Amino acid sequence: MTPIEAAAAAPAADFWGQLYVFVLASFIGLGVIRRVSRLLHTPLMSITNAISAIAVVGSIIVTGADYPRPIRVLGAIALFASMTNIVSGFLITDRMLKMFKTDTRPGEGGRS
Amino acid sequence: MIHGLVQLAYIVATGLFVFALHWMNTPATARRGVFAGVGGMALAIAATWAQPEVVHHLWIILALAAGVAVGVPLSRVPLTAVPQRTALSHAFGGLAAGLVGTAKYYLWLGEGPENLTVFRMIAIIVEIILGFLTFTGSLMAAGKLQEVKWVPQRPVTYPLQNVTNLALLGIAVVVGVALVLSPTAAWAPAVFPVIIVLALAFGVLLIIPIGGADMPTVIAILNAYAGLSAVAMGFVLDNKLLITAGALDGSSGLILAVIMCKAMNRSFANVLFGAFGQVQQAKASGEEKVYKSESIEGAGQVLEQASQVVIIPGYGMAVAQAQHKVRELYDQLKKRGIGVKFAIHPVAGRMPGHMNVLLAEADIPYTDLVEMDEINADMPQTDVALVVGANDVVNPAARTEKTSPIYGMPIIDADKARTVFAIKRSKNPGFAGIDNELYFSDKTWMLFGDAKNVIGDLVKQLSGGSGLH
Repeated sequence: MTPIEAAAAAPAADFWGQLYVFVLASFIGLGVIRRVSRLLHTPLMSITNAISAIAVVGSIIVTGADYPRPIRVLGAIALFASMTNIVSGFLITDRMLKMFKTDTRPGEGGRS
Repeated sequence: MIHGLVQLAYIVATGLFVFALHWMNTPATARRGVFAGVGGMALAIAATWAQPEVVHHLWIILALAAGVAVGVPLSRVPLTAVPQRTALSHAFGGLAAGLVGTAKYYLWLGEGPENLTVFRMIAIIVEIILGFLTFTGSLMAAGKLQEVKWVPQRPVTYPLQNVTNLALLGIAVVVGVALVLSPTAAWAPAVFPVIIVLALAFGVLLIIPIGGADMPTVIAILNAYAGLSAVAMGFVLDNKLLITAGALDGSSGLILAVIMCKAMNRSFANVLFGAFGQVQQAKASGEEKVYKSESIEGAGQVLEQASQVVIIPGYGMAVAQAQHKVRELYDQLKKRGIGVKFAIHPVAGRMPGHMNVLLAEADIPYTDLVEMDEINADMPQTDVALVVGANDVVNPAARTEKTSPIYGMPIIDADKARTVFAIKRSKNPGFAGIDNELYFSDKTWMLFGDAKNVIGDLVKQLSGGSGLH
């Protein structure tokens, strides 16, 4: 196999592997998320938001590798956007989840 | 060696993300999910950063610091503003995907055209179209939700709207195919931005005709798009962690969108291309009907006599910030031994689960928040249904009126309760612009005014007459 052929064949092999992962991950996602409590749909949205900000991984490479400056600028903006989502997504999810209680504050309401 | 460790870290991170979502299945374990998510994310960031090809650290630190600086305040918005915050974060997600796709294309064009295989190019085109349309679409949605001045709140429609939009997308796809076929042609670097511009424009045009009542569905769809753009980025970068996390986000958005659509008895296509706002004007006229309004004193007395009260909150409660007053009313009623439940319609509010979060904020136990399907069985035994700023979700026209735009939408059967009190800001129709038969029913009494004030007065009335001084 010449190097050119190898280069052409390698991505094709990757392609099927990636598609495989995508399909299986989607099934896991559908299965897990179907069981999420309806009470928590808003926090669910904010936590999945934070998780999909895993784009941070791609952005770090593009920002930090030895690439031409304009490319790295794009990467840095993407990194900023992803990090914003990670921080605000996880923090607000936790803030919302803390509010879900079975019982009310002690000493209030006077329920019997 | 380092490569193997990075992959191992990615696998662990993937597992943590799946657990994070798994633990969201009940409020009791949900916070554990956040810790799992943060752990997975920290691991993924550390592993990526540790790779030898990352040599410039200053920019990374600056960008991360800026992200923290903006992210922290964004996480402290009032809970009524959570829908727009969510839309904004979809915009950021889309932007990141679009920019990385663009960066990678130009990088490979300059330094390794052999990387621009057909498959990679397809992934890049999908990534930038989805990414940039999610960016502007979500910004528009956030603008509408935040009621920004220059973003039209009401659906904007014009002739041939759908044709125009689809044509625009069609052009983007055609240009994309051309780029896939010859990614390194002399014209390619100049044509690439055309797709970006088209995607940006398409995002705006897609959201302009959408009204507030459809926002829960639209936010969910944009969520799915943001996830899918991350998946496409994973394909471009050959990164399975990105593919998995993006797929989790995408399926979450998809499931939520399906739930929202079912709760409105509409299809995706109908939400995106139906321009809800158009249909409504047709039905605005009709015979004059009379509301019966009730005084606070009268309503208080009826509430005191009740043994089972169901409160039906809607977006009006969020607008009036009335959730804390609702909580006081809840306490007053509970103190008298009256059963109080909240009936939650899936599309009440402006995003999935919006009402639950607001009521939880007001310290109402989540065990008293009941889904529509469950509460409807109890409605005939309910003495008082108190509608707080909800409209379309209790409109019986959805059951009977074949010509109504909301016909077929499942509703909360407020009209089956013995007495209905409806708090309403004004005599105007609700967001969908449809008259509500419920308000003219024999057993319905209107309490006109701001939801917060009306409920505050009710609380005063009840606490005054309770013998507690």
